[in-house]
Amino acid sequence: MKTRLHDDTVLARHNLTADEYGLIVKLVGREPNLTELGLFSAMWSEHCSYKSSKVFLKTLPTRAPNVVQGPGENAGIIDIGEGRVVVFKIESHNHPSFIEPFQGAATGVGGILRDIFTMGARPVALMDSLRFGPLDNPKNRSIMEGVVSGISSYGNSIGVPTVGGEVYFDEGYSLNPLVNVFCLGLAEKDKIFYARTEDAGNVLLYVGAKTGRDGIHGASMASQEFGADTEAKRPNVQVGDPFKEKLLVEACLEVMERRIIVGIQDMGAAGLTCAATEMPAKSGKGAAIDLDRVPQREEGMTPYEILLSESQERMLIAARPDQVPAVKAAFAKWDLDAVEIGAVTDDGRLTCRFHGEVVVDVPVSAVVDLCPAYKRPWERPAAPEPRAAEPVPPPSDYADVLRRLLSSPTIAGKEWIYGQYDHMVLTNTVLLPGAGAAVLRIRGSKKGLAMTLDGNGRYAALDPWTGGKAAVAEACRNLACVGARPIGVTNCLNFGNPEKPGVMGQFKETVEGLSEACRAFGLAVTGGNVSFYNETGATAVDPTPVLGIVGLIEDIDRLVTPGFKAESDAVILLGENKEEFGGSEYLKLIHGKRGAAPPAVDLEREIAVHETLLEAIGAGLVRSAADPSEGGLAVCAAECAFHSPEGTGCDLSFETDLRPDAVLFGESQARILLTSRPENARRILEIAEKRGVPARIAGTTGGRALRFRVSGRLLVDLPVAEARRLWTNALPDFFTPEKRPS
Amino acid sequence: MKFGVVVFPGSNCDSDAFHACRDVLGQPTTYLWHKDHDLQGVDCVILPGGFSYGDYLRSGAIARFSPLMREVRAFAAKGGLVLGICNGFQVLLELNLLPGAMLRNKKLKFLCRQVTIRVENDRTPFTRSARPGQVLRIPVAHFDGNWYAPPETLKEVEDSGQVVFRYCDPAGALTEEADVNGSLHAVAGLVNKGGNVCGLMPHPERAAEPVLGSVDGLVVLKSLLENRS
Repeated sequence: MKTRLHDDTVLARHNLTADEYGLIVKLVGREPNLTELGLFSAMWSEHCSYKSSKVFLKTLPTRAPNVVQGPGENAGIIDIGEGRVVVFKIESHNHPSFIEPFQGAATGVGGILRDIFTMGARPVALMDSLRFGPLDNPKNRSIMEGVVSGISSYGNSIGVPTVGGEVYFDEGYSLNPLVNVFCLGLAEKDKIFYARTEDAGNVLLYVGAKTGRDGIHGASMASQEFGADTEAKRPNVQVGDPFKEKLLVEACLEVMERRIIVGIQDMGAAGLTCAATEMPAKSGKGAAIDLDRVPQREEGMTPYEILLSESQERMLIAARPDQVPAVKAAFAKWDLDAVEIGAVTDDGRLTCRFHGEVVVDVPVSAVVDLCPAYKRPWERPAAPEPRAAEPVPPPSDYADVLRRLLSSPTIAGKEWIYGQYDHMVLTNTVLLPGAGAAVLRIRGSKKGLAMTLDGNGRYAALDPWTGGKAAVAEACRNLACVGARPIGVTNCLNFGNPEKPGVMGQFKETVEGLSEACRAFGLAVTGGNVSFYNETGATAVDPTPVLGIVGLIEDIDRLVTPGFKAESDAVILLGENKEEFGGSEYLKLIHGKRGAAPPAVDLEREIAVHETLLEAIGAGLVRSAADPSEGGLAVCAAECAFHSPEGTGCDLSFETDLRPDAVLFGESQARILLTSRPENARRILEIAEKRGVPARIAGTTGGRALRFRVSGRLLVDLPVAEARRLWTNALPDFFTPEKRPS
Repeated sequence: MKFGVVVFPGSNCDSDAFHACRDVLGQPTTYLWHKDHDLQGVDCVILPGGFSYGDYLRSGAIARFSPLMREVRAFAAKGGLVLGICNGFQVLLELNLLPGAMLRNKKLKFLCRQVTIRVENDRTPFTRSARPGQVLRIPVAHFDGNWYAPPETLKEVEDSGQVVFRYCDPAGALTEEADVNGSLHAVAGLVNKGGNVCGLMPHPERAAEPVLGSVDGLVVLKSLLENRS
């Protein structure tokens, strides 16, 4: 065999295998030069190509009558009626956030915003799903502070409210924090834009920030595990400029509103390469680009650097030649340049010139569509703690267990975090952060939008299939609790190294679980993101599926919130308590175990419970609703008390053969704790009975204490004020040296 | 009453203020582009919240050089009504239309939450529909809201009744905890000596509709309507 142009070291640095290189040679018709190799390396990276996940992602349901755009574009689109659509997506920024927490998280926000407004939608809400290691470790605290300030700095400045999200803490995330960012935008149905160039002869305009050397090979970096040289990758992390992006949002939305462009795409992962190949590929065209015309921040940049830079806040626009002057004027108004860098061609190739010479000449379809898809070997993951099914001793002091649960960072109040986010700008936020779902009003409509992010990595670690189902079930349950029906799904799947069969097995089963659950709810997945290689050394994160589900509330005046509303209301439990400890925060925190199996998910029961709640809400019978999740019923009831302005408590009792700790702290699924006026309780029980859902009156609201009785024994009698203090102060105390728990 | 909402690059509460004036109050409202030199005959200029020019230098420091600010200064000098909300308040301080300066919040974090403020002066065009000492629930969202002034300025401001709002607890008491950002004398809002220029950190436009959880912001906005000539 004759000598290759690029040796093994070069291929390894580009994260390409010898087989992949062989395929590239075949597709290009010759050996690629180094710049072309860089192009393929970025676009064929796991992050951009989904080469390990594609075969499984195909099994997700992607069609439903309300789907306007499914996977394959910058974001998914769902019809919400009245001529409006919602555009939403979730993306991971895990790797950059570990290397440089502030900028990593900030640019995650910037990136997902671009995915939304590039489709013609005005971004109206952000949410974040975060995972950190335990906070007694200073490194984890500094990562968390950096991530939260990064999100805060970008979202606040650009003026899109961060309305909700979720945070979990677990050892597995110490060296692999997860930062998943969700954005939702609103658009008129007839004003959606796509990433295409349309006809040959159209002009390609570069708008936004200049290109620098930052972020080169970010996509490839996100497709590798971390080792000892991680710190050295800091220069790969991009730096965000929310002010620049704010100008871009306004200018881009203006040219789209006026329809003076034909297509637009942001330069995110893989930078100019990605936009300059995907846009023509979608229109069956090519592109000829003059790299000398690309605005550059630094001198002496090579074609390789210009094409692969991941500098932020840049977009590529395709416009007809007659539209160009108007586009330039619109950007000039916002002090932004719109520079003609090339034209759309008929030849299906990306050709780039630099100093007069052709430096890239490859077929766009080879770069965009022909990356091999792998069906990687997988094996059923072994249960992490085979002996964990052994029974744990019942606690001697139940109130103390509740105190400890409420102080656990995963369960504790998150105001320390969301208080740093502007969650009210745009004046649509109807239900503030802290509840199970965030709720926005839609101006000029009676309808409201609810949204939630959910996913429990501990469940998925014990049983990926159940974990996948549980994430969907919990998200839909959170929506039902505010009176919303789910309408669409985006997901972010965070896993370890897919080249390890155990990890691939976790991935496969998780996808199967969430696919099954989405089908049961009649929901389509409209897009999302897969983040592999979340491992450092030999430690991979727990498989962590994060589901972003959007719901619609038909009448915003019928909104239900979690806080108890009055004294002497009936407290009703929908669903069944079971003796399920596995994966619970109780088992982990109090007994130091994860258990053998997560709580079972019965989708049919789950849906019946949600329908019962929605029917009762529709009939105006429900005054508050919340679902027991981490920490179980006791924590759920406590949070309902915290959300009531007066700090109204409750007195609940359960007659049962189950262990009391299972009843109070177990995390059995398909349960909802709701309140109603006493005279309406019977009607709610009737609706439940009609739908075959177990339901009972568990007690009443009132007083200033949380009282829980099981089989006649008063096990917890805790003042709401004390419980609330623990719950409120737990997170801030970690960041106050003199109060930090040792 | 015609309202004009100034748009600086980086303003992000401009559409909220516009919505509150036009759709909630039902008043003619227009945007005023920062590069223009025309106030379009408005009766009240609103400098909205946001991060003008990214606030990369000092909050409001660059916005004061915007071309339109020449007209705003002249308008204010003639007794025209100017309301600066959050970043708009910061711009008014930078323009020297209001006294003092903003420091970082005492806890050095961005702060977004519902707060309560007490009306200290109900004889201004911005508070005349308020009861004396009325407590208003209006949210804040800022990083630099810790108002400061040197002792002699502070005394002058206090003596001439320029303090319009102070952070207080829900019962109206001034406590250290209620002074959420550490402002001197818990100052949340000020007027100039002429009483026609007002700046406040809380966002009245975020508390202007029942669906948003409070309508106390309307006390400020509706007061302005009583100034119709």
